[in-house]
Amino acid sequence: MATLTFAKAITLGLRAALADDDKALIMGEDVGRLGGVFRVTDGLQAEFGEHRVVDTPLAESGIVGTAIGLALRGYRPVCEIQFDGFVFPAFDQITTQLSKMHYRSRGRLRVPVVIRIPFGGGIGAVEHHSESPEALFAHTAGLRVVSPSTPQDAYDMIRAAVASPDPVIFFEPKGRYWSKGEVDLDAAPAAGILDTARVARPGTDVTIVAYGPTVATALKAADALAGEGTAAEVVDLRAISPLDVPAVVASVRRTGHCVVVHEAPSAHGVGAEVAARVTEEAFHHLEAPVIRVGGFHAPYPVAKLEHDYLPSVERVLDAVDRSLAY
Amino acid sequence: MSGDGTGEAGLVQLLDPDGARVATTENAAYRGRVATLTGDDLRGLYRDMALTRRFDDEATALQRQGELALFAQATGQEAAQVGSARALAPQDYVFPSYREHGVMQVRGVDPVDRLRLFRGQDHGGWDPAEHNVHLYTLVIGSHALHATGYAMGVQRDGLVGTGDAALDTAVVVYFGDGATAQGDVNEALVFAAVNNTPQVFFLQNNQWAISEPTTRQARVPLADRGPGFGIPSVRVDGNDVLACYAVTLEALERAHSGGGPTLIEAFTYRMGAHTTSDDPTRYRSREEEAYWRRRDPIDRLAALLRAEGEWDEAWAAGVEAEAEALGERLRVEVRALGAPPTSAMFEHVYATAHATVEHDRAWQAEYEQAMQDDDATLTEATR
Repeated sequence: MATLTFAKAITLGLRAALADDDKALIMGEDVGRLGGVFRVTDGLQAEFGEHRVVDTPLAESGIVGTAIGLALRGYRPVCEIQFDGFVFPAFDQITTQLSKMHYRSRGRLRVPVVIRIPFGGGIGAVEHHSESPEALFAHTAGLRVVSPSTPQDAYDMIRAAVASPDPVIFFEPKGRYWSKGEVDLDAAPAAGILDTARVARPGTDVTIVAYGPTVATALKAADALAGEGTAAEVVDLRAISPLDVPAVVASVRRTGHCVVVHEAPSAHGVGAEVAARVTEEAFHHLEAPVIRVGGFHAPYPVAKLEHDYLPSVERVLDAVDRSLAY
Repeated sequence: MSGDGTGEAGLVQLLDPDGARVATTENAAYRGRVATLTGDDLRGLYRDMALTRRFDDEATALQRQGELALFAQATGQEAAQVGSARALAPQDYVFPSYREHGVMQVRGVDPVDRLRLFRGQDHGGWDPAEHNVHLYTLVIGSHALHATGYAMGVQRDGLVGTGDAALDTAVVVYFGDGATAQGDVNEALVFAAVNNTPQVFFLQNNQWAISEPTTRQARVPLADRGPGFGIPSVRVDGNDVLACYAVTLEALERAHSGGGPTLIEAFTYRMGAHTTSDDPTRYRSREEEAYWRRRDPIDRLAALLRAEGEWDEAWAAGVEAEAEALGERLRVEVRALGAPPTSAMFEHVYATAHATVEHDRAWQAEYEQAMQDDDATLTEATR
């Protein structure tokens, strides 16, 4: 057991993946000598060489497009997109090519590409550096979309992502990069870790569904609720696509109340999908409508306003209060 | 005459439009590359071009009869495609756009399989590993990056510059004049140049990107893009099958030996529409079409064969019979291609099981069963 930052846990996960499979390689802007702008790939080029940890031209579509070609040739590229808002030049390659290659070849071609994207806000960055585009990818069949919320899951999930025969969009909550947690580097990862939600905190009165950066927010809210005598259950989705509907529904059937929390805008988002599936499958167990806590239908605001945009503990508590008051 | 400002200057040409061999000081090296082609080789080139033309004609007719949703003809571009593809080694890998029927002919991709996509029966149609030909790509230029990444993989596999002709491997990507405006093609040139990939960028400048002339894509000859990226480039008469063969052979030699990528601009013309959906009379002149019809690549090679005493009537009748048989096969077998089962839409979305797909698959199956049960009940009730 080691105490590691979230970022370091991913570094060690990538290191293990490179050591496990000599077809795996890391590619992206500044991932080599600099170790990435968040230092997530720090030290990997020194250890594995320029051939395995590749500094690419400054072209996101080029990074993903050539990764597809490498994957077709039998390699396992792990692409780093420097910031969430910079994934859009590669959006075409991801949605029209990467996601569909296996399907349109009727399974003859495999493209095991991982795309790591530091996402989300709360670090006081300038525009295009704090976005949450996960719903755009989750809406695209053929992609697996995941986001870890703890250093242990980050370590396990990045290894599972690299080993996956499917393309994986790996959203790293950049605001959590420096948070620390215990990581067992030797334990076998939970089976199906890219497909299954986990109960981050058990409870009986209300289900709070979250993933990535908002799991910490939900847990803080649950702490506060415990002080008021309310036992909140926090479900960490881990996987956004596929959504672990049975896990969420099982929780809501126990609690009768559901609040979904994410940083991305609520409209047309992952929370809407969760709400719809819970309504379809647990309608008679619900004692209140599913309530969403998320970003607004506005571009990610300037850093000086992001504290009003991001789901806060207070906004989660307000949502829980509204649910319980029904 | 192309109606644009990029002109025909500096084209490598080994056969003039009348089919006479062209000997200049500049093309001496290229002439050397075709000097070894025998009469059989030349007749082989003719056959591939003739069958490609017939494939086009039959597929166009099938589209007109409602048997295909769409078709994109290669008519007029046979020399560029057949000449370049004939230069490839078996282990080389091709990334086509969606009009490379002549390349498919040379690589042996089954003609019926080539039409599955256009019939709406399959998104691909053939096994890329069987012919070393990737699937057709409809998003313009996106496959240039796949080709570059694939070539980077070939490089990593150590299959460049081994000196063994059976091992050294190159990747050829085919794209059009319109694609040169796409970011992905430009990014592919960047990645190829800095990685020195074993690659040939084979650009067929057929003068028109649907209704837009090349002047809407560029103000200079498209081959001029190459040097800016550090990639040697050559312009070739795309209706001259020998010149296309020779320049591709040279580029492949560079790629195989570790010399890096080459950009080839084959200056050619699509005689038909962009696809069966557009009407070229709305955007180009009869004079222009007539000009290019006189430069037909198949007629040009036929003239050479006749002039050099290599035209054989019995052989020509054999090619014609083969074309007839191809037409007949397409007419029968394309019509016989059924729809896949509904469940096929849920297959291969992922390589591993995905809960959302399974949910939708189960729902659809249940729905279909319920409909069948209802029908059965109705039939029972009305009996």
